[in-house]
Amino acid sequence: MPAAKPKIKSVRKPAKKAVTKKPAASKATVSKAVKTSSSKPVKAGTIKARKAAVVVGKVMKSVQGKAAPKTSVLFAELEALAKYIQDAKKEISALSPDEVKDDFLPTASDELDAIIGATADATNVIMDSTELVEEVMAGLDGDAAQKLMTATTQIYEACGFQDITGQRITKVVSTLKSIEEKVDGLLAVFGDGANSTQKKSTKKTKTKIKKEITDEDLLNGPQSTDKAKSQAEIDALLASFD
Amino acid sequence: MAVDMNMSVLIVDDYKTMLRILRNLLKQLNFNNIEEATDGSMALDVLRSNNIGMVISDWNMEPMTGIQLLREVRGDDKLKHLPFIMITAESKSENVIAAKEAGVSNYIVKPFNAETLKSKLVSVLGEF
Repeated sequence: MPAAKPKIKSVRKPAKKAVTKKPAASKATVSKAVKTSSSKPVKAGTIKARKAAVVVGKVMKSVQGKAAPKTSVLFAELEALAKYIQDAKKEISALSPDEVKDDFLPTASDELDAIIGATADATNVIMDSTELVEEVMAGLDGDAAQKLMTATTQIYEACGFQDITGQRITKVVSTLKSIEEKVDGLLAVFGDGANSTQKKSTKKTKTKIKKEITDEDLLNGPQSTDKAKSQAEIDALLASFD
Repeated sequence: MAVDMNMSVLIVDDYKTMLRILRNLLKQLNFNNIEEATDGSMALDVLRSNNIGMVISDWNMEPMTGIQLLREVRGDDKLKHLPFIMITAESKSENVIAAKEAGVSNYIVKPFNAETLKSKLVSVLGEF
């Protein structure tokens, strides 16, 4: 039957392609085959159904063969993640975050504030004495006065440590407060509620990418000695504007 | 032109210790007429109600910082020509650039010594 040949041929070709490359096309092929089968109901229909079964079978086998290991890997990952969270909860609990938040951090902040106060007091005492020396110096002449002048100047310069130390400590206190907020956040997430205040951290994560430098960005405080710019470098930078 | 050693110098810092240090060092340099303020807004009040000849200001203060004070000074017709020296622990390049762009006369990084203070005063006011 010459007329039937092209029809069977046209069905077989897409079916082969569907098995090897495009499983989705098999649906269209089967559908097309059913329509086509109206002209040759029994013979054409039988062949196409068998082909379709083969296609579906192969697709199913393919899906099962590939999806099953992936699913088990996913389950394993989820299981590991759950265990990790449980372990983290135990570790955080062992650290007594409430104690850290309520006792350690405030105590550390208080101690640091006390250091600022003590150094300020000591510096003021030193300067009281130095000013007294200056008063005495006013009644002197010559070399002795000059020597005392040099000494008192050096004392004033050295007293600048209190300002720098104070700024550094203030920075540390600020860092401690930031840690306190993060501990709060951890308690809110992992805490059991019985021993936590459940306060949510209000501090928003700062984006690292800043398009424009704001005044706030410029408040960095004293740099560590190895990173700080020297007066000569500052002078050079200023001069570059002239 | 000779430097007027009787001019009022406004020193601004939130650390009382630093104000005291600056006052004493300036006295040793024969500047005896010294006013004090502990932040930018207080400094502006002093500037607007006194005849101040020069400002020496810290940067990191609250509520008004030194850079904000500098911008206010440079934006005020009566004050904009005042010599303004920033004296601060903020030593990053962006700080120096921002201060320069805001119109700072000179910049001293803490900790500083009397020699540096004098050399910056000379560069701003002239020899004294």
